Amino acid sequence: MKRINWQIWAGFILSLVAGFSYPFVFVRWPITREFPWANLLLFAIAIVLLFLGLRRAFKPDKRIVSKIFSSLAAAFGVFMLAALLFLIFVMGSWLPPSSAAPQVGQKAPDFTLTDANDKPVALAQLLTEPINNKPPKAVLLIFYRGYW
Amino acid sequence: MRSFQKNLNKFNDAGIRVVGISVDKPEQTRKHMVQEAGYTFTFLSDPKLETIGRYDLVHVKELASGRDISRPAEFLLDTSGTIRWRMVTENFFVITRPEQVLEAAKALP
Repeated sequence: MKRINWQIWAGFILSLVAGFSYPFVFVRWPITREFPWANLLLFAIAIVLLFLGLRRAFKPDKRIVSKIFSSLAAAFGVFMLAALLFLIFVMGSWLPPSSAAPQVGQKAPDFTLTDANDKPVALAQLLTEPINNKPPKAVLLIFYRGYW
Repeated sequence: MRSFQKNLNKFNDAGIRVVGISVDKPEQTRKHMVQEAGYTFTFLSDPKLETIGRYDLVHVKELASGRDISRPAEFLLDTSGTIRWRMVTENFFVITRPEQVLEAAKALP
């Protein structure tokens, strides 16, 4: 009976795990999100396995089918790694420059906006209305993309 | 956002009012943020991007939504309305942590 090329299979599956575990798992914690340490570690193991599998598939006694399959699996692993790096470091920085955003030390631009109960709220109110019956010390404005 | 809701008690205890601002209309915020997601801090609606524009945070035709929305940014103001700390991230995956704001707020009078 022929032994299966487990390295190429393990490398292929691990590169899938290494790629998809970022959006589904590691994006949750700042330490694994801001720089994908965990995913790069998984990819390193996956690429070693793919390399070993590829070397085995290219031994002279192996069939052409296994050579083709192994090459595709290895290419897929490298593609997954490139896609993850592109997502985080290239697409992640597709933001406007916001060079005119107010700086530390400047007065925050005034506004009056509608709250979730359809009531108008002015910045001055946010700065003075008590929190737990005590005057506020600060206001944190969080600008965000919206619910979706 | 979620991490700020989880730490809201700490912000309230420190006297920091947390306010979310987006292009969502009040009814969208009520449905999705308050009823479905259980957020309890103040939300303000800026569907015409007037305030978002004044803060230079407009993200024109943002890729995922295809719409003009606010880019992520946080500003910590003292009670005179002066900005004492800010984070205008240069990468979507680098998001402000509540601890950073709480730490910055310690320097306030």
